[in-house]
Amino acid sequence: MNVSTNAPSRGHSEPLSQRLAELRGPAPQRSLNARSLAALAANPGCHRRAVLDAAGVDKSALASRLGRPAPFGQSPFAIARGVIFESRLKADDYAALLEPLRRHLGLPADGGAPLVVPDLLRRSGSAVRADRTAEALAAAAADPDAWTLLDHPLLRLDVAGSTAYLEPDAVVVHGGRCTVVEIKSFPVLDGSADPAKVGAAARQAAVYVLALQHAAAARAGEALAPDPYTEQRLTGSPRLSVLLVCPKDFSNRPTAVAVDVRRELATTRRQLSRMTGIGRLLDALPPGTGFDLAVDEDGGPARSADELATAVEAVPAAYSPDCLSTCELGFHCRAQARCGDRVEQLGRGVRGELGSIRTVTEALAAATATGSGTDEAAERLAYAAALRAEALGAAVR
Amino acid sequence: MSLLTTLARLEAVRSGRAEPLATVRHRHLSDRPMVVVPLTAAGEAGAPLAVLLGTDRDAPRLHLVPQPLNRTLRFDYLAELAADLLPYLEFFGADVEQIEGSEKDPETGEKTQVFRELCADAPQLIVPNSAGVHHLALIGRSTRFRRTVEDDEPGPYPAPVRVPLLGRWLTHLTDRAQVPGSSLLLPMTGLLARHWATGQSHLEDQHLAARLAWHFPPDGLAGAEAAERAESTRDERGQLLHPPAGPATDPRFDEVVLGPAIARYDAATSALAHSTEQRDDSGAARAREAVREAIEQLRGVLTAVLLPTWHDVWRGIDLLRTLPPAGHLEERWTGDRWSYTGHRDRLAAGEPPQPRQDDAVTAARKLAQREREQARLDVQEALDDPLAMAEHRLAGEAFAGVVTEVVPDYDTTGRSPKPRPLVTLRTDDRPHADLGREAHRVHGPSTQKAEIVAVDPAEGSITLRILSGMGRKKEPEPGSLPEPGELVTFTLFELTVRQSAPLPEPDDTPWTHGGPPGAAPGPVPSTSAFDEWE
Ligand code: SF4
Repeated sequence: MNVSTNAPSRGHSEPLSQRLAELRGPAPQRSLNARSLAALAANPGCHRRAVLDAAGVDKSALASRLGRPAPFGQSPFAIARGVIFESRLKADDYAALLEPLRRHLGLPADGGAPLVVPDLLRRSGSAVRADRTAEALAAAAADPDAWTLLDHPLLRLDVAGSTAYLEPDAVVVHGGRCTVVEIKSFPVLDGSADPAKVGAAARQAAVYVLALQHAAAARAGEALAPDPYTEQRLTGSPRLSVLLVCPKDFSNRPTAVAVDVRRELATTRRQLSRMTGIGRLLDALPPGTGFDLAVDEDGGPARSADELATAVEAVPAAYSPDCLSTCELGFHCRAQARCGDRVEQLGRGVRGELGSIRTVTEALAAATATGSGTDEAAERLAYAAALRAEALGAAVR
Repeated sequence: MSLLTTLARLEAVRSGRAEPLATVRHRHLSDRPMVVVPLTAAGEAGAPLAVLLGTDRDAPRLHLVPQPLNRTLRFDYLAELAADLLPYLEFFGADVEQIEGSEKDPETGEKTQVFRELCADAPQLIVPNSAGVHHLALIGRSTRFRRTVEDDEPGPYPAPVRVPLLGRWLTHLTDRAQVPGSSLLLPMTGLLARHWATGQSHLEDQHLAARLAWHFPPDGLAGAEAAERAESTRDERGQLLHPPAGPATDPRFDEVVLGPAIARYDAATSALAHSTEQRDDSGAARAREAVREAIEQLRGVLTAVLLPTWHDVWRGIDLLRTLPPAGHLEERWTGDRWSYTGHRDRLAAGEPPQPRQDDAVTAARKLAQREREQARLDVQEALDDPLAMAEHRLAGEAFAGVVTEVVPDYDTTGRSPKPRPLVTLRTDDRPHADLGREAHRVHGPSTQKAEIVAVDPAEGSITLRILSGMGRKKEPEPGSLPEPGELVTFTLFELTVRQSAPLPEPDDTPWTHGGPPGAAPGPVPSTSAFDEWE
């Protein structure tokens, strides 16, 4: 491949963040957010995704450059609906939002303890906002009697040497503890919501909970509790149940459901600690590997599509059809899996069924093989093929 | 997924074409199915946007909500849908046959002969995919409790009269769709998946056009490429050449095509409101014309985005019609007819709408019914289709082979000797055939039970003692035993599933016939049974 002149040196003394920045090139860093961090957990085995995300590569742009753009998008109607629902909740001093929170958190009715809603400087830059959130959080946690609502706070989380900024919809602080509140526009219908959507929301909320745990531990000068399933009760520690606020049935009225996110929290922590070990994955990359999506002064791309494809190829992937709905590179990795004749193109479960067989050609060869092989999976395939042929009347044994 | 299905998928990868998973058609197909292709408005659960429907592939009818956020317009749409769909759903209620059965008197316990009406045929709705089924369920849920102008307290947003009735029908059909083997409401992707394998994953098979690409790859393409084209090729405006089968629309369509068309409609209606307010007659006339044009434009774009899927569903029906019907279709369809008849009767008896959640008894009964139907479906499909039987053979629950020897033998322990002949067959199958295990003969002249008495895996031979189905005499009835050289199949599972037919399932029994205990005639729905709209 064409090694660009400014190829990063392979000195391992470089800090991780610098090595990742070099992989990305001059393109602006695609910062990690809760959604992308949560999505990491969707395919934990994939090194390709871990490296690209850690380096802050815009996977969507990369997919387009590779010729197979990501099919994702959000309808303007869906966005509008989300905005309308959230603004309805926040109208009249959060009246509609507080209603379900009261029931779940024991927030006193009007006239009880007044609700404090600090200004979190939403129009400022990320660093300022995050500092302001940290201050407000500390102040709120220090006063156990107060009820504080942090509206769109900005939390920091260090991931593989770089800072991710995370923005939950709201955090409620009382009694020295805080609770993450996520506003979603999918409905809770007759008491239950779409499990897939609740699952996605829980994974996302777990990332916020983790950021709040880190913040509380840092404030207290302690380490994060090693077991993700136990609640660390420091001042300002988050509860491990989050509240989802959703429309009730077919109305615009909100209802809240508490969701225990301990399992998601454990997965996310495992994922992120792997991200920290990303140095090892980087060491395995051939020299000159880079995902520079920038355009030169003369308008030409810094790296051709072929070079990018080679670079992507250099990081091992773990494709499964689920990728099509969870990762921007889904179509690209599928095409590769097909090109490579891999059996994964048919689904995750297929690999288990086929034992050590990795390609379609191998599998079909085993199916038509005569005589007993040693491989149990191959033998079963041959048996299945004979039964199939008999049933289809093609060949009666 | 079984290994046989995986094998078929692998073959499809190599051939680039869909490969068979069945030799017969395992689901009933009506002569006059109603194809329904719905679309939803993004962002709100169950908010309808449009539907293309009809029983004539050359004459689909379009209904649409020009502004999906406007609840009055949504009701207008639902009223139109009810007016279009209900005549079809009700049509089959008129032609009935009388079925004889017996009923136990709850007090005396005495059985009496009864006649029950059974509709001669039933409606069949076909939607593109399972998301379409879910959408119809949401519409059913959102409409069956609506108050109408005919209610004592119609409330602030009364629905048109027939809308709650439509909701009850849709609820019934979507509920029934969960019963394995039922055919009142079917998703096309599911139908195709039962009968053919593609060289892609189940997930990708949910995309109807991509799935069909494996059946009809254009221009000599392989299935995978053709499917990818269907999934992702876009025109210069960024619009998919083959829109998704819905009910969700492509976000780029919402953004580039639908959004502006709705905005144009909104502008026209507010201009109309303004000029009406100003008593500006000529302005109002112009605005009315603009509203009409805006609706026409919406009809145009929605028809264009729905038509490809409409044709896809019909192409799927064509494909399925190429398969001969399975032997047990008739019997299962009779179950669907009972289900339809039962709902017809419940409506006629004035029962309240189906509850939001089933009570414990009803829920348990439904679950038991689904398990029973699944078991029956498995057995019937195996009997109807050698490919389905192959699944059981692969799993070691059945075996087939050629009879090598039949040796007469007798049970002489009783007063008169009974025939207990030994049948040996040669097979390559490897069943879990423990000695003494019961086996059942497939496609014998009558039900025939046997017991495994010897197995020699090295020789590939199995010997069975035949226990029944040979008549009452000392010697087996002629023809009741397989002959040497004959190909026979035995299963290790029973071939009859206890069934309640010909009388309907308890939950299909209307209360007028002493229906289910959990659904005793409740009071007429109180106001609190209705949904709040805002
Ligand atoms: S699409 Fe590719 S990069 Fe993304 S998770 Fe799947 S295998 Fe990894």
